[in-house]
Amino acid sequence: MIAGLFFYLFAAVAVASAVMVITARNPVHSVLFLILTFFNAAGIFILLGAEFLAMILVVVYVGAVAVLFLFVVMMLDVDFVELRQGMLNYLPVGATVGFIVLFELVLVIGTWTLSPEALQAAAAPVATGLTNTEALGQILYTKYIFFFQIAGLILLVAMIGAIVLTLRHKQGVKRQNIADQNARSPATAIEIIKVKPGQGI
Amino acid sequence: MTEFLTSTGAVAAFPEITLALSALALLMAGVFLKRTAYDLVNGLAILALAGVAVMVFLADTRATAFNGAFLADEFARVMKLLALLGAAVALILSTSYMKAHKLNHFEYPVLVLLATTGMMLMISANDLVSVYLGLELQSLALYVIAAFDRDNAKSSEAGLKYFVLGALSSGMLLYGASMIYGFTGTTSFPGIAAALANGEASLGLIFGLVFLIAGFAFKVSAVPFHMWTPDVYEGAPTPVTAFFAAAPKIAAMALFTRAMVAPFPSMTAEWQQIIVFISIASMALGSFAAIGQTNIKRLLAYSSIGNVGFALVGLAAGGEEGVKGVVLYMAIYLLTTLGSFACVLAMRNASGQQLEDVKDLAGLARSNKLLAFVFAMLMFSLAGIPPLAGFFAKYFVFMAAVKSGLWALAVIGVVTSVVGAFYYLRIVKVIYFDEPAAPFIPAAPEVKWVIALSGVFTLGFVLFPGPLLALAQAAARSLF
Repeated sequence: MIAGLFFYLFAAVAVASAVMVITARNPVHSVLFLILTFFNAAGIFILLGAEFLAMILVVVYVGAVAVLFLFVVMMLDVDFVELRQGMLNYLPVGATVGFIVLFELVLVIGTWTLSPEALQAAAAPVATGLTNTEALGQILYTKYIFFFQIAGLILLVAMIGAIVLTLRHKQGVKRQNIADQNARSPATAIEIIKVKPGQGI
Repeated sequence: MTEFLTSTGAVAAFPEITLALSALALLMAGVFLKRTAYDLVNGLAILALAGVAVMVFLADTRATAFNGAFLADEFARVMKLLALLGAAVALILSTSYMKAHKLNHFEYPVLVLLATTGMMLMISANDLVSVYLGLELQSLALYVIAAFDRDNAKSSEAGLKYFVLGALSSGMLLYGASMIYGFTGTTSFPGIAAALANGEASLGLIFGLVFLIAGFAFKVSAVPFHMWTPDVYEGAPTPVTAFFAAAPKIAAMALFTRAMVAPFPSMTAEWQQIIVFISIASMALGSFAAIGQTNIKRLLAYSSIGNVGFALVGLAAGGEEGVKGVVLYMAIYLLTTLGSFACVLAMRNASGQQLEDVKDLAGLARSNKLLAFVFAMLMFSLAGIPPLAGFFAKYFVFMAAVKSGLWALAVIGVVTSVVGAFYYLRIVKVIYFDEPAAPFIPAAPEVKWVIALSGVFTLGFVLFPGPLLALAQAAARSLF
């Protein structure tokens, strides 16, 4: 009952904010609505018992991707109003295509039959007494250790590549040297000058 | 620790683990030593490749690791030795070039080591997931070193083109792999073979197979997925091009062969016709398109497309004989190609600039007899003229095709190799009979050594073909 109520709450807010993402006038508002959509999707994942996916959604999508979007939107002064001009002109054609695709999807999925074995395989129950995270961790670091390690190497190569291709050592950039700063003493840093009254320095 | 090693079978992957760890160690060394690091890191990287080659040579074969995702057999051993040789020679060739062009950053040898790790994983891949991961590890490192001369517009263009088209091909490969997984329920090669052993192959599976082959064809640069090759080969720094033409080709061809033969023995008729088509198309394009080229790096790129076509003749023939042809062809291609690129590296004018035009070779025979002779011999070998090594490479793949009844393919192969001989012979003509251009300055010592050894191999293979033939035979036998 309560779970059903929450499902409808999350689903309704998710759909509403998804609509707002594409209709909001201000691109910053769009991104904020996108974040709200992600949060609601995460809520639905929790209702399904997939708490790991929910956390990943929040950490990766909200924490990294959406914030990056926000940075891009705020730093690259893209004129979204201009981009959106003529939207009304294209709306009838777009809506027609969309409805045709929707109709076809309903036709296809409506006649879809699944074999009972496939349904069972899809359910793949998590062993009792284990959280999602534990269960994933237990196979990720044992059965799939090989793939996991290679994926790590691939990310390392990507990092080296990005540095090799873009890092430039500029001349004349002043950097903080903490050792130098700490080595300063009153003798090297301060000069005491006796100023006689009536005369300047 | 030891329990982990035995339970996962990681012992079989010791060479790969060693290579990856030495790459990481060298990366650290480079970061802390900064400017002076290139020489040290490059030397140690070559040593690491040699050490890993010894480990591969001594390791016992027919071992699987990580739940069957990794397979070390005789085929993998031979191909890994070839790939390691290609990588090591490419690193040796780059020593002076990188310094002369101010590209001596320590990241280059580290990236080559990581790419080589990816190649070894590809060669040993026995599961669609490890195929993809190995391929990506290799490709990603290759994209970076293609653009290594980042202030040069051509090099950046090469890197970007390679990256975009490579990403596209990886996407196709993944799509095919996901369909194969969907229709067989497993990603492991023996599992797929078992699932297909009884019953007809479904249409969806054939779809997946086609996409998988398209992805592989991109990686070995077979027609119609070859478009990136000439631009990338021309734009990348020459030693990097030598590396591209050598080691990754070996690894991709090994992966292609294993991914056809191991999981799809029951669908031979389906994949064979695709391979026959791309083989004919590659041979034809390789010979006709190269005729109009004036840049020697582009010419060698088309030559490598044609050579892949010839090697694919062996794969199309299938069976032990065909795979033996592929292994032998790739081995001989590797050594000839490295020699040819070493010759290109020797083309420097008095101000130390690297020359890349065919007409710069004019009259080389009068200024540098030895270089001219070896260059001519390598070209004769690539054209497939007996008694040089290249003749035997072609002989064995065509014989395999004839034995498996692919007469038409063998005849087309011979005809295109005659057409291809035209542009190889044109280079010989330019070297020997044209009015001399400005002479080259003496090549760097390591380049000279590579040219000499490659020349000795090309000329001497006919006297001692036994060891290489035996290796290729053993490699082919282990796949069936």
